[in-house]
Amino acid sequence: MTALIQIAGLHKSYGAFHALRGIDLEIAQGEVVVVVGPSGSGKSTLIRCINLLEAYQQGEVRVAGERVVRGKALSKVRAEVGMVFQSFNLFPHLSALSNVALGPLRVRGMSRRDAEARARALLDKVGLAEHADKLPGQLSGGQQQRVAIARALAMEPKVLLFDEPTSALDPEMVGEVLAVMQALAHTGVTMVIVTHEMGFARRVADRVIFMEDGVVVEQAPPEAFFGAPREARTQAFLQAILQH
Amino acid sequence: MDLITTFFNWPVFRDALPLLLEGLGITVLLGAVSIVAGFVSGLLMALLRLYGFMPLRVLARVYIDVFRSIPLLVLLVLVYYALPFVGVRLSSFAAAATALSMVSCAYTAEIFRAGIEAIPKGQFEAAGAIGLRFFDTMRDVVLPQALRIVTPPLTSNCINVLKDTALASVVAMPDLLKQATQAQALAANPTPLIGAALLYLVLLLPLVRLVGHFEGRHRAATQ
Repeated sequence: MTALIQIAGLHKSYGAFHALRGIDLEIAQGEVVVVVGPSGSGKSTLIRCINLLEAYQQGEVRVAGERVVRGKALSKVRAEVGMVFQSFNLFPHLSALSNVALGPLRVRGMSRRDAEARARALLDKVGLAEHADKLPGQLSGGQQQRVAIARALAMEPKVLLFDEPTSALDPEMVGEVLAVMQALAHTGVTMVIVTHEMGFARRVADRVIFMEDGVVVEQAPPEAFFGAPREARTQAFLQAILQH
Repeated sequence: MDLITTFFNWPVFRDALPLLLEGLGITVLLGAVSIVAGFVSGLLMALLRLYGFMPLRVLARVYIDVFRSIPLLVLLVLVYYALPFVGVRLSSFAAAATALSMVSCAYTAEIFRAGIEAIPKGQFEAAGAIGLRFFDTMRDVVLPQALRIVTPPLTSNCINVLKDTALASVVAMPDLLKQATQAQALAANPTPLIGAALLYLVLLLPLVRLVGHFEGRHRAATQ
């Protein structure tokens, strides 16, 4: 069976800075992949290339066999690839409900009634049923991020990308967001998660990928990755992170 | 003759009032037509300027720069007195509305551009990530937020357009100012001009206050 996400020979530069230096990666349908690494290692850039929020100079990305390229087909691919951002990026002028319903309404062509019914069900799923009519500004960071997850889910995507979803949260709100993510894992949706939450990676990931300086240094199932990392650079990173 | 009978002559004012009100109606109509036309074309111009294909983008920028530079009175005279030489003969209302709209379009485009550029990149990314196309992204995500930001400058622009309608008296438009000067000539008394000035204030002072109100609300919302 071919992989759901196929990344081959991916290179990306910001001017003189070479952010990605040849990434080859395949991710299977339903797999939960956690990408870790020091800041500036290119991990956020990598997942932003998957739905082409970041343009790249070389290589290719395929989702479900379709090349992800600019043009008419892009919004179709993006509808299959949900994304959750570090800073939530909810639409501040729309209620939580409308934030979640917008995609199904405009992209899937659902009726407003059906779209809102789906949005209500998803807000219920992330524990926010009673906050449906609030504006994002009236919600806590953790609640906003859960709305953002519901918004991504509303498209029933094949893939969910998480770009440091808990990094902008107060510590006491990290748990509620991770719990929602953990509940999603292994329900069929493929997840690619950039995070610094090592405990979460250990519990939930099928595979952990360690990136540094724009390359994949090591990848392994979590037991092997945390228990017996092979590469010296991985060992140094884990030591620095797990010490405190 | 004392000051009152010169400038605030009641019988003269009473006689001129029907003419003045007629002029006020035309001023408001001309202003409204120009504001609406300028708003719609200015929004399209801003979108062209930001997202159009390359030659169109350059053309939009040239248009905006030219029509923000040219004095409105000069443009008005050109439209009314020069265009007939190439066979385009516009009524004074059409000429004034055209000139006012063309200039308002340029200013409105700049206001919208600034408003759209003030929307964080994350909003465009979030819209793109759920698969929204350009039109839906603009309609549902970007423009509603941009419109809130630009309401004070847009209202200021409306005030400018309404004030600039007075220039239309130059091309024989029977607007408020023209009616007032005619009534003044007829009565040999400047009271109608004072009356016109007062009517302009009645029309515009509330709008000026409204801008202040919007700005206060915007400050409160961003703090």
